[in-house]
Amino acid sequence: MTEAALHLEGRREQLHTHVPDAAVSGAVHAEGQQHPIKLYLVVWGWLFVLSTFSYLVDYFGLQGYLRWSLILLFMVLKAGLIVAVFMHMAWERLALSYAILLPPVLVLVFVAIMVFESEYTHLIRVLFFAAPT
Amino acid sequence: MAETALTNPEKSPAQSAGWKGIAADWSSDQRAFKNVSWGKAMMWIFLLSDTFIFSCFLLSYMTARMSTTVPWPNPSEVFALEIAGHHIPLILIAIMTFVLISSSGTMAMAVNFGYRRDRVKTAVLMLVTAALGATFVGMQAFEWTKLIMEGVRPWENPWGAAQFGSSFFMITGFHGTHVTFGVIFLVAIARKVWRGDFDHGRRGFFTSRKGNYEIVEIMGLYWHFVDLVWVFIFAFFYLW
Repeated sequence: MTEAALHLEGRREQLHTHVPDAAVSGAVHAEGQQHPIKLYLVVWGWLFVLSTFSYLVDYFGLQGYLRWSLILLFMVLKAGLIVAVFMHMAWERLALSYAILLPPVLVLVFVAIMVFESEYTHLIRVLFFAAPT
Repeated sequence: MAETALTNPEKSPAQSAGWKGIAADWSSDQRAFKNVSWGKAMMWIFLLSDTFIFSCFLLSYMTARMSTTVPWPNPSEVFALEIAGHHIPLILIAIMTFVLISSSGTMAMAVNFGYRRDRVKTAVLMLVTAALGATFVGMQAFEWTKLIMEGVRPWENPWGAAQFGSSFFMITGFHGTHVTFGVIFLVAIARKVWRGDFDHGRRGFFTSRKGNYEIVEIMGLYWHFVDLVWVFIFAFFYLW
């Protein structure tokens, strides 16, 4: 979308100005998010397929790194689809997306800290509190 | 939303994209979130805070599970069911997952029909979503009952580490509460949509302001978040 067009649009519409990204998808009108129903059905189908896959990981009793990488892969794909399409994050401006999506990344630091901490606790428990055999 | 004092179209000329856009949106005295009403922005910020709450629950569960020297009960076996003589592992949780994902699908379509001002379809889809949510809570109640009958308590269980019970009741209980509130929220908004509040500009009971169909999307954000949290609980609590 050109600058001139944006200027014109910006004056006419009060709240829902055209988002450049959404203009590319060609589906956003003055009133909120407009996408074809088919998009939601396709995502819905994928969520079903991915859930089935993660259930099958348990059903077939896969273990070790294979189990973990598959579970995390399916989890991240499902979460991504829900946030991007169902919650329309893919069509929001980056200022909002980054404000919401970046802070949870810091939780990973917390995870790393607690992994070290729990391994230390586990070691201490094994050394000093394990039942005498 | 024309009456919203925060809207100031005169001062928002061309909006740039990418990193330049982020700097421009956040700098100087202005609204940071363009094109997003305060209601939607606040729902996102609430969901961010809720993300941290559930992260803390899952983290404390991870810490308890990694640091205990007692074997952890095998969720695949604990949540197995006998159906027609077959022993199927984790089947109840799988069905609950599909029910919740389906409710997310109907919610997404309700948002879509809301913006097309299709009053009846929006309300019906929201009620279907609420019904699926209530089904989910019902299955969770069944699951809790089954486990309590088998002797699972927050302080002990027959199969291993005591923290299994406390983590389970805390995490699924908090999630189930979210689903329950979501169902109430859904029914309340569906009633407004059905009545045509957003077509006739009827003023809200508490706010005395006119609503619009964006509330369906805001409601949808909450509902999809509940589904999102379940994705993580499913992966970390049930599949670990």
